[in-house]
Amino acid sequence: MSASLQKGLNALREVMDAPIASFFSSCVHCGMCADACLFFTETHDPKYTPIHKLEPLRRLWKRDYTLFGRLGKLLGLSKPLSDEELAQWSPLVYDSCTLCGRCSLACPVGNDITYMVRKMREGMSVAGHAPEGMISATKRTIEIGSPMGVKLPALQAQIRAQEKETGLTIPIDVQGADYMAVLSSMEIINFPEYLGALAKIFHKAGVSWTLSSEAFEATNSGIQIGASDIAREIVLRIVTAAEKLRVKHVISPECGHAFTALRWEGPNLIGRPYHFSVVHILELLDELRSAGKLKTVGKEDKPLTFHDPCQLVRRGGVVQQPRTLLGDVATDFREMSDPGILNWCCGGGGGVSANERADELRLTAFKRKKTQLDELGVHTMVTACANCRIMLEDGLEHYNMNVSVVGLTELIANHLEE
Amino acid sequence: MDAMQLLLWARGPALGIAFAIFLFGMLLRLFEIYSLGRNKDLAPPRSHSPGSGWRTVVMRSFSAKSMLKASMLTYVTGYTFHIGFFVVLLFLLPHIELIRSITGLHWPALPTPFIDLIAVASIIALIVALISRVMNPVKRFLSGFGDYLAWAVTLLPLLTGYLAYHHLLLDYTRMLAMHILSVELLLVVIPFTKLTHMATLFIARWYNGDWFARKGVAS
Amino acid sequence: MADETLLDVLTKRGISRRAFLKFCAAATSLMALPPSMASAVAEALMQARRPSVIWLSFQECTGCTESLTRSHSPTLESLIFDAISLDYHETLIAAAGSAAEAARENAMKEAYGKYLLLVDGSVSTKDGGIYSTVAGKTNLETLKEAAAGAAAIVAVGTCSSFGGLPHANPNPTGAVPVSDIIKNKPIINVPGCPPIPVVITGVLTYYLTFGTLPELDDLGRPKAFYGESIHDRCYRRPFYDQGKFAKSFDDEGARNGWCLFELGCKGPITHNACATTKWNQGTSFPIQSGHGCLGCSEPNFWDAGSFYQALSTPIQPVTAALGIGVAAAAAAGIGVALANRSTKADAKAHHQTVTTNDLEK
Repeated sequence: MSASLQKGLNALREVMDAPIASFFSSCVHCGMCADACLFFTETHDPKYTPIHKLEPLRRLWKRDYTLFGRLGKLLGLSKPLSDEELAQWSPLVYDSCTLCGRCSLACPVGNDITYMVRKMREGMSVAGHAPEGMISATKRTIEIGSPMGVKLPALQAQIRAQEKETGLTIPIDVQGADYMAVLSSMEIINFPEYLGALAKIFHKAGVSWTLSSEAFEATNSGIQIGASDIAREIVLRIVTAAEKLRVKHVISPECGHAFTALRWEGPNLIGRPYHFSVVHILELLDELRSAGKLKTVGKEDKPLTFHDPCQLVRRGGVVQQPRTLLGDVATDFREMSDPGILNWCCGGGGGVSANERADELRLTAFKRKKTQLDELGVHTMVTACANCRIMLEDGLEHYNMNVSVVGLTELIANHLEE
Repeated sequence: MDAMQLLLWARGPALGIAFAIFLFGMLLRLFEIYSLGRNKDLAPPRSHSPGSGWRTVVMRSFSAKSMLKASMLTYVTGYTFHIGFFVVLLFLLPHIELIRSITGLHWPALPTPFIDLIAVASIIALIVALISRVMNPVKRFLSGFGDYLAWAVTLLPLLTGYLAYHHLLLDYTRMLAMHILSVELLLVVIPFTKLTHMATLFIARWYNGDWFARKGVAS
Repeated sequence: MADETLLDVLTKRGISRRAFLKFCAAATSLMALPPSMASAVAEALMQARRPSVIWLSFQECTGCTESLTRSHSPTLESLIFDAISLDYHETLIAAAGSAAEAARENAMKEAYGKYLLLVDGSVSTKDGGIYSTVAGKTNLETLKEAAAGAAAIVAVGTCSSFGGLPHANPNPTGAVPVSDIIKNKPIINVPGCPPIPVVITGVLTYYLTFGTLPELDDLGRPKAFYGESIHDRCYRRPFYDQGKFAKSFDDEGARNGWCLFELGCKGPITHNACATTKWNQGTSFPIQSGHGCLGCSEPNFWDAGSFYQALSTPIQPVTAALGIGVAAAAAAGIGVALANRSTKADAKAHHQTVTTNDLEK
């Protein structure tokens, strides 16, 4: 149990870079980031103003990395960061932020506040101020292999069930397959139909694919909690397995931060590019569709809408594909207000879903999604992230709303031409 | 000091001192920022991206529709003040002459009564912005001495310029001296407050745009 | 001579009563007094005893005297010279040498406490004031002596009002205005380089009429003549406001009579009557002739930057200051950059690979 303030401060000093310095130099205290953040808009509590969540980091930057800050430090004119302060900031940095990225789009001077929160967590975590639920999830991931404690036998059981359901074989450990799929624990436990959907789609499209028994967990608790060394260890499992199997591509599943971890952060964590490319399942489906290998039949005629998972759409760039795909299988697709890269977070990303301390706040923040749905008046919401699905269902239940949540890949699979 | 002496000091040594401190502070800030560097991104960027660092430098001045509605007052006061301030600064002939004498650059001026109107709009925007800063819970929560100081030193040049042109408060020569001194005050205060954003926001926007662009998003 | 009234003098010269009253009316309006006061002015002047006037010239160019006296035909200005008893004026006096000095000392003694002292030129004070002497006496000494018995002092021209040309950088003679030396007598500053003739006579007329000083601004100048700036009364002001400026002395704008701000006009900060009263009996004034106002009735106008650089420009180059700023920034910047990199490298060196153990205290 070796977390310490010293480690935390050291980590904060390590992560400081030119972008962060330019952001702190530019903030004019306009408060627009608060207007963009669902944790503020649904609580009206100014302490949830995104830039305020970074105050300790800013103080450290000033004291340690600016001329006048350094002089002030020498003359004893400024106070160093204290452990109490970091403790005080823990709920702000972890409970009231899902790294959704909306504030980064709103800021008029261009501050990427999300980027900064991600970095600040590097210091908070090793100072011992990450929430208990996230620490447990991380431990389980490292020790067991999955934040929910899912082990290979559990996966194998789901594989068997899906093989039975679909009548197809789900390949595992196939050398030289084109694609290796990874899954989120959430999918394995709660939405195993995703696996069946993959089997059906790939069978129809003639895609050569495989799972790996050595690395099937896509989620990355290290990213959520802000511990890059741990994140590296987790992502390395996938990289090692994929390179061992010599696959060409790894498919990131319907999980938001898994895509962020594997596609965008991974190479930087391990210090080198991969020997394979990373593609999100929706990107792959869109490619197959363009190549004429994804033929669907029939359409849903009930009105439905799409919830944009933050890490996939706004922070990941997979904006158009879900819409193209939905267009094939729905006659009455209605966009929410603020669709696409401006959509509102489900409230449970960025580790919040593993953080019981944040439950009440998260459910309050869900009122934003509720408002969007009430405005639209639809009863079906499609999405492409298992965590969003769980969080949305939780919120919908809490507010007694008659809306069902559907996974996009499953929906496509259900409409596959026989 | 009589008014003329004050004016000559403002047009003389004070200007040099103010410029020197301003340049010192701003360049220092650039060193402070860039010396920290940015790790190379080893993840392959998307090949065709609608976004880029440069694009965001320009386009972040324009809000997304829903953001405009959510922060309407901030946008309106912000645009009115900034646009007004720059029109006054860049299109009043005496200002153009000042810039010409230092840089050699010049361009046509706009009529003075028009500039006068814009200055009034700017001043009103600043006053409304202050009221908002004090009354809006988020802004009040975020604001400290630096914010109010920045507000005051920004208001003074506009206000003293207006007062001088309209021969209010003090006699013209003294009011003009006050105007020039207020600009010099603004210059020396800028590097030590959030007013550094006038230069660093381009850097921030670029980094923001570049990060999102690599993901295929135009921010 | 000093006992004659003005009316006596005028009658002798064949000036009709009508002309005299016309002069009084003009003088009244010049002094910005209500028209009804014209008769009071006439009354007072008619009775006025010709006061003794001593005119001392110090570090001056004689331009003020030239301005006032250089006229080709009898003018209202010259009338005033008939109204006063000019008992001493170096340029105009017939006598010379010790006789001239004797005339001055005599006048001062006879009218002690009552004479009007007119001064043009600045007073040298460096090294005891030896840089300007008359008859072996420093101007400084002469001024103090003359001021002692004066009823009031009129500093004619910018040199005596504010120091003028001799006072300009580097001021080798330690030139100062009259008001810097004499503190215990009423002083009216009538600046200008030179002042407008009718402004001088207007001030004198006022004094003769009322026996008191006119309302003065905070620089001691009569508000009636110096209360407005050239800019506020300039006939070219509409062009300033419209944004129409001459860019060189012979361009189209100049030929069209546009504003001369870009060519260095100091009209906005110059208080004088040039734009309304004009020069040479209202013929013209510098701006009307196409040249910017020099600001010659203001203190330090010689040190206020080039006459041809706009008012809003610096009076000394800023390049040196900019250079210092950049150099200092480079030095401090490199210093802090090295320090920053060191701090970061240090932090990296102290990094211990994070394990799940490090997440809890």
